[in-house]
Amino acid sequence: MKENPIITTDNCAEFEEMTLNMGPQHPSTHGVFHLLLKMNGETITYARPDIGYLHRGMEKLAEKRTYQANIAMSDRWDYIAAMSNNFAAVLGPEKLMKVQVPKRAEYIRVIMAELNRIASHLIFFGTYGIDIGAFTPFFYAFRDREKILDLFESVSGARLTFNYFRIGGVAQDLPADFIANTKEFIRFFRPKLKEYDTLLSQNVIFRDRTVGVGAVSAEEAVNWAWSGPNLRGSGVNFDIRKDDTYSVYSEFDFAVPTGANGDCWDRYMVRMKEMYESTVIIEQALAKIPEGEIMAKVPRVIKPPAGEIYIRIEAPKGDLGVYLISDGSVNPYRMKVRGPSFVNVAILQKILKGWKIADVVAVLGSLDIVLGEVDR
Amino acid sequence: MNAMYDLGDLWLFLTGKLGELLAWLGVPFAGVVAFVIEKSVYAGALLVFISLTALWMIWMERKVSAHMQLRYGPMWTGGWHGWSQTIADMIKLLLKEDVIPEKADRWVHRLAPIVIFVPSLIGFLVIPFEKNLIGADLDVGILLIFGFSSIAVLSIFMGGWSSNNKYSLMGGLRSAAQMVSYEIPLVLSVLGVIMTVGSLKMSEIVNAQAGGWFLFSPHLFGFILYIVAGTAEVNRTPFDIPEAESELVSGYNTEYSGLKYGFFMLSEFTNTFIISAVAATFFMGGWLAPKWLPLPGIVVFLLKTYLIVYLLMWFRWTFPRLRVDRLMDFGWKVLLPLSFLNIFIAGIWVLLKK
Repeated sequence: MKENPIITTDNCAEFEEMTLNMGPQHPSTHGVFHLLLKMNGETITYARPDIGYLHRGMEKLAEKRTYQANIAMSDRWDYIAAMSNNFAAVLGPEKLMKVQVPKRAEYIRVIMAELNRIASHLIFFGTYGIDIGAFTPFFYAFRDREKILDLFESVSGARLTFNYFRIGGVAQDLPADFIANTKEFIRFFRPKLKEYDTLLSQNVIFRDRTVGVGAVSAEEAVNWAWSGPNLRGSGVNFDIRKDDTYSVYSEFDFAVPTGANGDCWDRYMVRMKEMYESTVIIEQALAKIPEGEIMAKVPRVIKPPAGEIYIRIEAPKGDLGVYLISDGSVNPYRMKVRGPSFVNVAILQKILKGWKIADVVAVLGSLDIVLGEVDR
Repeated sequence: MNAMYDLGDLWLFLTGKLGELLAWLGVPFAGVVAFVIEKSVYAGALLVFISLTALWMIWMERKVSAHMQLRYGPMWTGGWHGWSQTIADMIKLLLKEDVIPEKADRWVHRLAPIVIFVPSLIGFLVIPFEKNLIGADLDVGILLIFGFSSIAVLSIFMGGWSSNNKYSLMGGLRSAAQMVSYEIPLVLSVLGVIMTVGSLKMSEIVNAQAGGWFLFSPHLFGFILYIVAGTAEVNRTPFDIPEAESELVSGYNTEYSGLKYGFFMLSEFTNTFIISAVAATFFMGGWLAPKWLPLPGIVVFLLKTYLIVYLLMWFRWTFPRLRVDRLMDFGWKVLLPLSFLNIFIAGIWVLLKK
């Protein structure tokens, strides 16, 4: 029932292929994403993802902007996880300049990145429900995401594009009630994870739609350079926070959830479990956060010494890497961003074949792409 | 039941007086004229009722979904809880440009909304709102409803085909497959009740439940099957694959705008009402109420109907959508055998009662 039927000229004597342009204007392509499908009836025989509709030339723009200005630009890569992007944008110059970031700032960064991971996964949870046809989870997800945005607003003043990280630290110290509010949020949020499970995860129809659909083997996932929850959904235990640790992640004790079959259900469940692990990290960080400075002593004009560096972080979508070449001036000579969504989306052309059009939406949704990051 | 309360008795009284009046006036063919007037007035009242039902149900859907989704739903239009929101919606639909795609099959495109709406109107004719308040208490009552409701599939297919849009076409094809295959379990699921009563007449089916609802008997099984198949028949989630917003944009009605789209939407709600009304008639005793409940029969009937309507709305806002091939699997491999089993159970029940 769940096998991936392959249509050949033998078992289907004569059929006319229908070409369907799914997107760029389509309710469930998660942005301006174009999927060229060729179909026999409802079965996909050929799929080609077509990207670039949201290209804003971020990498080229970066060459004409100072390192600080690029932090604000980074907010717009993956606009629902701007804190993580900030993180990637500041790590490169810091390493080039060998800046020692104060402990307190590092902790604040981790807290923000993990809160943002929850917020990003909540959007995934809500929109994935809509992809499968259940509208209600979306509103539950946004109710809880709202609380995270309130926390972000209290520290950075913004709710979507925070521009909160600085080279050498963070922009402002935490407000007085932030720690209490965040603890309150975690107390509020953990039972909600069970609510999501009863609402969507354990629903018979939802499982029917996702279990076994769009399975990607571990080998395939590695070969297609998958990263993040998608890779872990295929059973590869690889998390940059653990395996190529950065910032103060080595000081926290958390599990890395992995899936078994690499199907949509596994990718979904990995994200649901990751939200819990993020609350674990935040809780530890809140308990251990030291007092002190939030900014290192950095010059007013950031001029990293000439050289190149590649840094990567575990963004909510996966491995977010930044390759930076500095020529010693105030602007980077080259700033290449490896967006995880961009890499993750490429496999669609391979795994969609043989599935139904309804599964296209299920698989696409389970990859959790953000077109702002795919096209940059 | 108290005659003072019953709308049906009042109706019977008035039509009787009308006949007498016409005879007294010496109108030729008084009987025929009285019949024509009576039925015209009833049809007019029915049209008003249908419009109000649709308006109410759209508002109700908004409110029910909103409360399930931690929202308020419409709150501003009209003042009290946005009561006039659907009226505003309808005015908006009326004012919208009526777009027909350039390459569309124009006549089929125009005809489709009418073809879907008329059968759902006809279905209302045989719905027994109350004793004496049935448009036409035909001997084939239930068969008429099911017969005409199958025409809806034709309209959806017409809409899907004529729009010259690939999403619409796929929606049309899906609905053709789905509605044809769910029609069978739908009809079979009420067959148990028909076997027990021995009639297809709506009023007799209600009267047979004077001793107790069929819901609280082995027919409960048939009721469950009926609700499942009925949800599929009116294309509501989890069986809304012809529309399937996240896959097919809006399915067969993607290319419709303005009032034509309004007709599709309206017929979805009237069909939902009919399916619920049939459930109330067949399994919940129609207009019959306990002796201690001094409510007019029509109110009792509507309460029961809206209970089912609420159930369907509840389904819609909590379930995800099935995939099209799994849906067909479910229809043919699960629902159909179960509805045969239902007939078997009902048969034993009939034998035992004898």
